Amino acid sequence: MPEVLTAPLTVEFPFTRSLGPVQSAFLTGLRERVVLGVRTGDGRVLVPPVEYDPVTADEIRDLVEVAPTGTVTTWAWNHEPRRGQPLDTPFAWVLVRLDGADTALLHALDAPGPDAVHTGMRVRVRWAAEREGAITDIACFESYDGEQEQPTGHSGEFADAITKIVTPARLDYRYSPGRAQTAYLRALADRRTVGERCPSCHKVYVPPRGACPTCGVATTEQVEVGPAGTVTTFCIVNIKAKNLDIEVPYVYAHIALDGAGLALHGRIGGIPYDQVRMGLRVEPVWTEGARHPDHYRPTGEPDAEYDTYKELL
Amino acid sequence: MTRDIALVAFAQTDHRRTSDELSEVEMLMPVLHDVLGQTGLKTADIGFTCSGSSDYLAGRAFSFTLALDGVGAWPPISESHVEMDGAWALYEAWTKLLTGDADTALVYSYGKSSPGSVRDVLTRQLDPYYVAPLWPDSVALAALQAQSLIDAGETDEPALAAVAARSRTDAAANSRAQLRGSVPHGDYLVRPLRTGDCSPIGDGAAAVVLAAGERARELCERPAWIRGIDHRIEAHSLGVRDLTDSPSARLAAEKAGVFERPVDTAELHAPFTSQEIVLRKALRLGEDVRVNPSGGALAANPLMAAGLIRLGEAAAAIHRGESDRALGHATSGPCLQQNLVAVLEGDPR
Repeated sequence: MPEVLTAPLTVEFPFTRSLGPVQSAFLTGLRERVVLGVRTGDGRVLVPPVEYDPVTADEIRDLVEVAPTGTVTTWAWNHEPRRGQPLDTPFAWVLVRLDGADTALLHALDAPGPDAVHTGMRVRVRWAAEREGAITDIACFESYDGEQEQPTGHSGEFADAITKIVTPARLDYRYSPGRAQTAYLRALADRRTVGERCPSCHKVYVPPRGACPTCGVATTEQVEVGPAGTVTTFCIVNIKAKNLDIEVPYVYAHIALDGAGLALHGRIGGIPYDQVRMGLRVEPVWTEGARHPDHYRPTGEPDAEYDTYKELL
Repeated sequence: MTRDIALVAFAQTDHRRTSDELSEVEMLMPVLHDVLGQTGLKTADIGFTCSGSSDYLAGRAFSFTLALDGVGAWPPISESHVEMDGAWALYEAWTKLLTGDADTALVYSYGKSSPGSVRDVLTRQLDPYYVAPLWPDSVALAALQAQSLIDAGETDEPALAAVAARSRTDAAANSRAQLRGSVPHGDYLVRPLRTGDCSPIGDGAAAVVLAAGERARELCERPAWIRGIDHRIEAHSLGVRDLTDSPSARLAAEKAGVFERPVDTAELHAPFTSQEIVLRKALRLGEDVRVNPSGGALAANPLMAAGLIRLGEAAAAIHRGESDRALGHATSGPCLQQNLVAVLEGDPR
């Protein structure tokens, strides 16, 4: 078997998230170098603060300022920082209980090495130079041997509180389509369309996905289909797609290639849009360097009889 | 309505670091055929099908719909999917059988972690406001938990290394496992965790068949009866939790009836050595309980399947007559945030 295809794949998206009132106050506070917690019904102060009590699920809104100094409750030394993490030099992940809080906040601690870190050590917030209302407004924590810093007594009310954040996310993959689709893509590169036949019901799947969804068995016998086929059904597209250089109206059709057990879809060209019909015989038109047919055009043969493609609609 | 429901068959793939030559459905199909073959059932005989997987692992949108091709889902079958480990798909299938709507269920799950960087992928399940923007990877969070345990005097690095060594030694008898026999404990990945403390990253799939009442006895010589099953979750904020304990695992175990009488075998889904320490305590497992004779997640941890595999391994021990009462456990989320516990029993011999 020839080697399977692989290709880099990046999934990237900037998520825009709205904030509840407590999240809004906390993140706006970070922008203003104020750390806020929220008080639960039983009097504990949660930092970072949440909208609902994690035990009772009650709505909690009582904001309390805490100090930017605190104590490490656990730590882990990260000698190889990864993309997106707070520091690009080796650092400690820490949970820090800020003075005045009953719970701990996850962040990074800048330290020269693991020997300089221990549970119980005193730390303080190192603020980012530019702050926008995000958890990253805390650049990291740093060792601190001074007095406990006192909160300023902030009310938690801000004139221009942020109401949403944008968090970019990016994941990188090396994608492989597996055996069946690799064979399909390799054949397409030679301008051939190769499906696979189910050993049980004998249907030929194009494109093949490696399994027959009716029988639940592997499809392995490769079958070349087409190149010509029959329009089984179609629609007329009247809306121009962004970044797509095709004049509207145009026809998008389901095309059953000769020998295929199901229709694939493609654009129909070389014929006025209002003359395309079910049963029209078409063939692929390739353009230089393309990985799949650009569109399909009429072959000039007589139309196919309905009975020859009615099972493929 | 009360019905006795059992795991009557279990199958899994070989678990490997990569499986480039196989799409998800190509990886899954042999396992489906295996588990159906054990019972003599065909897809058309199955009353309900439920699967577990996550598109984020391979970066392949709607991959579970493609995986359904391997089941033979046409004409349409009664089917559902959870974006979770297959153990939770099994839970859904169990409730479906309890209603009496179906007498048999096929449960499967699969995960291909090899196309992506799973440590980074798993950051996307975290709190998107306060935690995910820091990209704390799965090993880092487990390391914070491990340090908590060390600080509390509940374990130390040699004890963690011993968990790793025992798991991989036991896995030598498990031909499906990815890490078997003598495996170097390695350097720190995120201190205090070394590479040997972490489960291997790999691809794999698993499937089980559930059946109710007499149907179970027809399909399996010694069914593994589900005497209880429950799942519980803890707060998502790590700093709110006591990382040295697992109240959610304990509560799930209590609801599942684990503490009513001792189990002889436990298959724990502990992807890190330190998490076995937490689970043993929470589940009150004594030295006389065989823990992870399969090697556990430290020997093979195909995400989304590894929890279902724990339940399957526990059931298989009952099928083989090696266990009479076994605990199966699955986990999800950072630092054992969510836990599912099942008690399985064989008929008296």
